[in-house]
Amino acid sequence: MSEQALAHHFDTIEEQKEASSLGMWVFLVTEVMFFGGVFTAYAIYRHDYFNAFAAASHHLDIALGGINTAVLLTSSLTMVLAVNAAASGSRKALLGFLALTAVLGCVFLGIKAIEYGHKFEDGLFPGPGFRFEGPLARNAELFYIFYFSMTGLHALHMVIGVGLLAWLLALSRRGTFRPGYYTPVEVVGLYWHFVDVIWIFLFPILYLVGRHHGP
Amino acid sequence: MTTRLELSPPPQHYLNWSYTARSWLLSTDHKRIGILYLLSITFFFFIGGAFAVLIRLELMTPAGDLVHSETYNRLFTAHGVIMIFFFLIPSIPAVLGNFLIPLMIGARDLAFPKLNLLSWYIFLAGAAFTMAAVFSGGVDTGWTFYAPYSSVYSNSAVMLTGIGVFITGFSSILTGLNFIVTIHTLRAPGLTWFRLPLFVWAHYATSLIMVLGTPVLAITVALLALERLFGVGVFDPRIGGDPILFQHLFWFYSHPAVYIMILPGMGVVSEIVACFSRKRVFGYSAIALASLAIAVLGFLVWGHHMFVSGQSAYASNIFSILSFLVAIPSAIKVFNWTATFYRGSIAYDTPMLYAFGFIGLFTMGGLTGLFLATLAVDVHVHDTYFIVAHFHYIMVGGMVMAYMGGLHFWWPKITGRMYPEGWAKFAALVIFIGFNLTFFPQFVLGYLGMPRRYHVYPDEFQVLNVMSSAGASILGVGYLIPMIYFVWSIRHAPVASSNPWRAAGLEWQTPSPPPADNFPETPVVETEAYPYSEMEVEVVDV
Repeated sequence: MSEQALAHHFDTIEEQKEASSLGMWVFLVTEVMFFGGVFTAYAIYRHDYFNAFAAASHHLDIALGGINTAVLLTSSLTMVLAVNAAASGSRKALLGFLALTAVLGCVFLGIKAIEYGHKFEDGLFPGPGFRFEGPLARNAELFYIFYFSMTGLHALHMVIGVGLLAWLLALSRRGTFRPGYYTPVEVVGLYWHFVDVIWIFLFPILYLVGRHHGP
Repeated sequence: MTTRLELSPPPQHYLNWSYTARSWLLSTDHKRIGILYLLSITFFFFIGGAFAVLIRLELMTPAGDLVHSETYNRLFTAHGVIMIFFFLIPSIPAVLGNFLIPLMIGARDLAFPKLNLLSWYIFLAGAAFTMAAVFSGGVDTGWTFYAPYSSVYSNSAVMLTGIGVFITGFSSILTGLNFIVTIHTLRAPGLTWFRLPLFVWAHYATSLIMVLGTPVLAITVALLALERLFGVGVFDPRIGGDPILFQHLFWFYSHPAVYIMILPGMGVVSEIVACFSRKRVFGYSAIALASLAIAVLGFLVWGHHMFVSGQSAYASNIFSILSFLVAIPSAIKVFNWTATFYRGSIAYDTPMLYAFGFIGLFTMGGLTGLFLATLAVDVHVHDTYFIVAHFHYIMVGGMVMAYMGGLHFWWPKITGRMYPEGWAKFAALVIFIGFNLTFFPQFVLGYLGMPRRYHVYPDEFQVLNVMSSAGASILGVGYLIPMIYFVWSIRHAPVASSNPWRAAGLEWQTPSPPPADNFPETPVVETEAYPYSEMEVEVVDV
């Protein structure tokens, strides 16, 4: 064991593990509230300007969004397998699955960057350069503010998640984890799934809802 | 001829094991971090107070003769932002809560000691941004940052202040998270939930609000920043945005934040009332659950800030009723404290004087809150000095009184020294008189129609305003006296025993000041909280 796993103020390793995962769950609650604010605002404006939002969402790339959803869901699977490998103590599998999860995360971010690039080219980035045909342009800009801020916030969380995976990779290369102690893998796993769940909500409400309406 | 006494070296405790700056600035000891918070928020209290002095000086005369209206806007904004985000919200939780929660539950530290230190640094980083804003011209939006004024029109340092408030929010989130996990996982053997001191219950409820509410403020301020930076935003009416939405999101945090600023005070008062009445708190579980009820109901009343903002009448009615409901758990607490006095053997030490002050002033602040929750009355007194008086009765008359009471009560534990009782009683009296003279006239001013946030006013309001300013100067003196004798006491006051008040609670069963690891061995709890009646019997038996 290269690092002393039990901190001085805990009596047992179980107590420490319970504290760490409760800490992450509480943190995820704060994240729900954080995203909740912007989801609420989006829901209200979607209701107020239904037609404009439907028209604006037609310009989102449903194929790239769909591929990204698949990529992210797969990364959640590899994350679970990583936690599983840590629990059973197979270091090679742990390293492999952590790396695979990180790669899938990067693929997601790459595809997202391509999507953002297309939106810039099409003049759909809010601000002075915003171009949108028709009478609904004004409120369509509002839609794109939400699109960029919500997916941007999500992408920021993905970047942090990939960073955490890199940290886990470094730790497991040093052989920190063993079947009795792999709390960091589990806790980062919780975070990764949470970021995944946020996308599961973002994809339908931005790309899919109301698509069959409007022009 | 002198006799040399054989002195054993003083026992090692959390203050004297090391004196290096590094041992303080990188300490993960919850007690040292509590002291770091104490020093920082005291500093901000006096900065915020200095702005209040300027406000009260300007309001001595009806004409705007000291400052321009623009400057005046910056003064009250700086006062509000500093006092709320950098003094009141961290006050009792970050200082006393940090110091006492592990001691009260028999733990060696909070669950995440490094996170605790990080939260102090985050606090300082947020404060640095806000101070930079305040001293590079200031902000003029009021502490509420209403859009679109704050996002489009204001020419002041809104961005810097917003960043400061955003960052500081994370400090509060981390503190709340740490408290919740600590209280769940680190209670001593035998310390069940319903044996916890009410101080811990109050902080649990406070932490829930910090964790659930603060992120919403963060995202709201972030959206505001987006709007201001890029000239496009979600609250901007030019693209169909809704400024009222800003108010909804803002008050969704900022009303519960009011309870962040009062619940810990209620926790302190419960401890003091039990100790100085020598009785178990009457209705222990009612008070504990009332804390949770306040935390829950507190999230359902934000709309009462928007009765005149164009909110629908139907929504206003609902919010009005829900606001009335908050009075129930608050009243439960006040009645139970009062019932604790009944047939108690009451001692009038300084902490108890502050507790009395709290109960009376909080009751006045709370009851005038009901005036404001009433739709028709609110239309009359909205944005007048009535509301200024109301929330100062809660924040200053309530929270600051409780904070002062708590500081006196636990001062012997924190520093190992007593404070001078005579001076402390005198200061408590000065603060009480100064407070009432400052803020009671403001109820009258508001009812007569003087609006808040103006630096000029009609001549007929001058008498009451001069009274208020006179009271403020008395209040200022009242705060300076403890500042002086607390500092003095660290070197010169009598050494405190481990339990000078003969108080119940685990924090009194370890030496004053406590050793770095809190307890020589983990205590085991076998009784309910506040077993004062059993303690009295023991004394009689001896």
